Amino acid sequence: MSTTERDQKTNGRAVGVYEPAPLEEGRNPGSDLDLEWVRKTRVNRSAVERRAATLTQRRSVKKQWQAAWLLRAVQCIDLTTLSGDDTPGNVRRLAAKARSPIRPDLLEVMGLEQGAITVAAVCVYHALVETAVEALEGSGIPVAAVSTGFPAGLSPFEQRVAEIGASVEAGAREIDIVITRGHVLRGHWEALYREVRTFREAAGPAHLKAILGTGELSTLTNVARASRVAMMAGADFIKTSTGKEPVNATLPVGLVMSRAIRDYRERTGHTVGFKPAGGIRKAKESLAWLILMKEELGEAWTGPGRFRFGASSLLGDIERQLEHHVTGRYSASYRHPMA
Amino acid sequence: MSKDTVEIPDLMDSLEYGPAPENTAEVRAWLSDHDAFGHFINGAFTDPTGSDLFDVVNPADDTRIARVVQGSSDDVDAAVSAARSAFADWAALDGHHRARYLYAIARQVQKHARFLAVLETLDNGKPIRESRDIDIPLVARHFYHHAGWAQLVDTDPELRDYRPLGVAGQIIPWNFPFLMLAWKVAPALAAGNTVVLKPAEYTPLTALRFAGICRDVGLPDGVVNIVTGDGETGALIVDHPDVHKIAFTGSTEVGRIIRRATAGTGKKVSLELGGKSPFVVYEDADLDSVVEGVVDAIWFNQGQVCCAGSRILVQEGVADRLVHKLRQRMERLRCGDPLDKSTDIGAIVASVQLERIEGLVEEGREEGAEIWQPTWAVPQEGCFYPPTLITDVSPAATVSQVEIFGPVVVLMTFRTHDESVQLANNTPYGLAASVWTENINLALDVAPRIRAGTVWVNSTNLFDAASGFGGYKESGFGREGGREGLYEYLQPDLSAEPDPEPHPDYQASRSTPDSQPSDEPESAGSSAPPIDRTAKHYIGGKQSRPDGGYSLDVHGPDGTKLGEVGKGNRKDIRNAVEAAHRAEPGWRTTPAHTRAQILYYIAENLTARADEFADRLRDQGAPVDRAAAEVDAAVRRLFTYAAWADKWDGAVHHTPIRNVTLAMPEPIGVFAVACPDPLPLLGFISAVMPAVVMGNTVVALPSTTGPLSATDLYQVLDTSDVPDGVINIVTGPRLELTEVLAAHYDVDAFWYFADDGGGGVVERLSAGNMKRTWVVPARDWWAPARGEGPEFLRRATQPKNIWVPYGA
Repeated sequence: MSTTERDQKTNGRAVGVYEPAPLEEGRNPGSDLDLEWVRKTRVNRSAVERRAATLTQRRSVKKQWQAAWLLRAVQCIDLTTLSGDDTPGNVRRLAAKARSPIRPDLLEVMGLEQGAITVAAVCVYHALVETAVEALEGSGIPVAAVSTGFPAGLSPFEQRVAEIGASVEAGAREIDIVITRGHVLRGHWEALYREVRTFREAAGPAHLKAILGTGELSTLTNVARASRVAMMAGADFIKTSTGKEPVNATLPVGLVMSRAIRDYRERTGHTVGFKPAGGIRKAKESLAWLILMKEELGEAWTGPGRFRFGASSLLGDIERQLEHHVTGRYSASYRHPMA
Repeated sequence: MSKDTVEIPDLMDSLEYGPAPENTAEVRAWLSDHDAFGHFINGAFTDPTGSDLFDVVNPADDTRIARVVQGSSDDVDAAVSAARSAFADWAALDGHHRARYLYAIARQVQKHARFLAVLETLDNGKPIRESRDIDIPLVARHFYHHAGWAQLVDTDPELRDYRPLGVAGQIIPWNFPFLMLAWKVAPALAAGNTVVLKPAEYTPLTALRFAGICRDVGLPDGVVNIVTGDGETGALIVDHPDVHKIAFTGSTEVGRIIRRATAGTGKKVSLELGGKSPFVVYEDADLDSVVEGVVDAIWFNQGQVCCAGSRILVQEGVADRLVHKLRQRMERLRCGDPLDKSTDIGAIVASVQLERIEGLVEEGREEGAEIWQPTWAVPQEGCFYPPTLITDVSPAATVSQVEIFGPVVVLMTFRTHDESVQLANNTPYGLAASVWTENINLALDVAPRIRAGTVWVNSTNLFDAASGFGGYKESGFGREGGREGLYEYLQPDLSAEPDPEPHPDYQASRSTPDSQPSDEPESAGSSAPPIDRTAKHYIGGKQSRPDGGYSLDVHGPDGTKLGEVGKGNRKDIRNAVEAAHRAEPGWRTTPAHTRAQILYYIAENLTARADEFADRLRDQGAPVDRAAAEVDAAVRRLFTYAAWADKWDGAVHHTPIRNVTLAMPEPIGVFAVACPDPLPLLGFISAVMPAVVMGNTVVALPSTTGPLSATDLYQVLDTSDVPDGVINIVTGPRLELTEVLAAHYDVDAFWYFADDGGGGVVERLSAGNMKRTWVVPARDWWAPARGEGPEFLRRATQPKNIWVPYGA
């Protein structure tokens, strides 16, 4: 909305009505790069940290509500293995777990059929995409590939673009790309915009998740600016971390990125999803993240369409908590099939 | 654990929070053990049987949860008597031993934290999240911090020359019942006072539980006494002759009553009163964080917070976006059962309070403001009011002026930084302010210009025991927390000092009303008649004729007429106060070094005319050998305050968040100073200069017996670069002028050093705008230990605590 339009809407009142852009259906097509919007962005770290610290003290989810929330969390997991020693063997095991993340006997007590709950996606390196696609055939669970020189993102540009194409070719329906953190640290917003734009075009029909590497961006203001540029460049999701940085997904970072998504939606009408990744291991943490999404962006951001966890060990803790809910006894990890 | 899991698939669709009630079993068992609670006096609970009882109600469901006693005159007498008996031993106790008691209390509060939180929420209606995470932890912290002061108070270089006051009468409000108890009791005990505390009638229960803690830690009987009751019981405490200190937190209205009731009694008073605190948002602020700031400012404790940010002032360019964001956020607030862990806004404390809020918002609507409330509804049962945002409202509207004390915030816009400061200060209150900008230059420019005791930069409602909290203007005076707050429970120890200078050989002169023109010609030393010297008032750097057109004769002790001075009246006072106000903004921002230079210059010019001033003192009755000494002492005193100018430092408090909490001593504004009669020159300099050197401007009423020593100063001031209006002098009938000054709404402080009994008038009339008053009928002005120094500077300034959280 232009300034004049807005002034007319105020009807001479000191405070007018702020009208967000009308909502658009479908994927985020991106927008032109609005540098002024990027540069005007300011984030106050102390205030954000205070909000993040009290957010989870202001809301409490107990009993069957908690069980329902944890099951929802499972549905949002991008079940991930990103290790140098990944082989078809452990990826197939992961895929099997993705199809049946919770023990059927527990599901039954909670009123759910076997197969009612699956994870959101399975996330692997390019080399394992085909194996994963094969193993998940018929499940409807998409395979996501980390790409573009993951995790540092500093291999030759053409190579990074080609990598996306190869993974899509191999059957990946989601591509998790990494941005060049140096562009953010040096304020090269046009370069960052072009980079993500190119990745998005290369991904074609596959959904693009832009990993910002927030643990390496130095300030929350940088996180907010990088989020805006990635969304304008057409990212379907913005994602915190590779899981390989020293600091990964934190609630303050999640707060800043969620608010960026909200602002972008109000400006353009386009919807972008959010994916915290790295370091999320406990069921309780998954509740905190869902609370954050519900409070800052609304219920629509608590399902896999707009919200994902990048996690590998989180599922195990949720399984134990759910068994406790069902039986009243604290659980043990060996009681749940491993991934 | 629940096996009732059939709903889970449905719950997965809705993803609602569901109920998360806090367990109240232990607290309810304790309550039902007591049919009624007695007072806690002299280490034991009184038997409530047969007493006048009243109900304590849980405002969330309107049910009675306890009955307590309406404290009678006998009850208050018994409590004060117990406190009085306990005082000597408690004050004499080794500070370390007092520290152990306070430390034990802090531990007990922590050990019973959840019990206390649940009890507080049942009694007050505040969300359990707040009582659990904010109130009770702050209480424990307050007692720990003050255990430290108890340990240090005997040996600290600044504190060891002070002693406790005696019995402190403490009257606390219902909005933070237990926290306010801690703010009152901890410093009082640390400093060696004993206490009679009255909790608010709506919320007495945590105080009564605290009485049990005092007993459990073995606190000596009578050191803490708790008397329940309403305002009448409070008045009995205020009026009790054996109470030496009144500490009150509550409304400005009641604060005024207390100020008047204690006027002239010599009781030390600290008042923490109402507010209408500005919440200032500049266009470069992080607006999403601002929104959360507003939540913490006005939807914390249902807005029943004296320092609540209840006036949002937002720069025009971002106003519509902020309103949009606020409304979105308000839709997500949860109002309801205070015991539910997911509740943001609990119950209003009592139905009368709810009606008041409803009435004020309705008034706002009638005045044409836009009232916005979220679409969801509040519970019908119990005292609930929804969060409310009022826009399209002017500073003149009732809702912009009056403290609503509910979850209601008004929003106005400003254009420039200067305008934001003007709007922020456009209130009789001055408790707190919140300033939001990402520009540190702007934040640190604005923070000192907003007249408020606390300024939070990019934050709001942060409290800590190490930081002083208290008001400017009609939000009261005195501080709670830190070293600043400790002084409210101490007085200089005068026991080692001689009585105030009696000057048996000093025969005071006196001035009489307009005398008949003398028939006899004045005798002159030479054949030529003396040139008439006409001392007028000194206002705005100019000598001005008295408005009334009358003069007063000044006589020496032998009856010789020495001259005349103007007979001031209310218009002279009005003019002098206006001149002082014109000078004030420039003088307060004049660098301390420059202010020092001006005082040195006064000293230099006074020295040059020392003989003349000594002669004048002799004529007015000073013994021959004392006159020159007085001039010399005045010069020394000027040097003392010139020296202090740039050395009265503030502090950086160690508050437990990542921030700097700057305690800046700021000038108070325009002072009225009634100078002592004896020692007309030294007294004048001693009384006026500490206020002046700290950046205040002064309207001085000089000695009535030796006014010519003050009027002679005009030329000294003129030649010493004292800016016009910084020092104004009005001669004339002191009591009459005092009444005008004390009643004047635009005078910020009054020091009364005369011994004509006018101090009570000063304290009583000062209640109108809550002037900071200091009444000292007699003092040994010669001795540097008594006549100058830190006590004067502390009273010439007020600390402003500026919280600056940081991080990129």
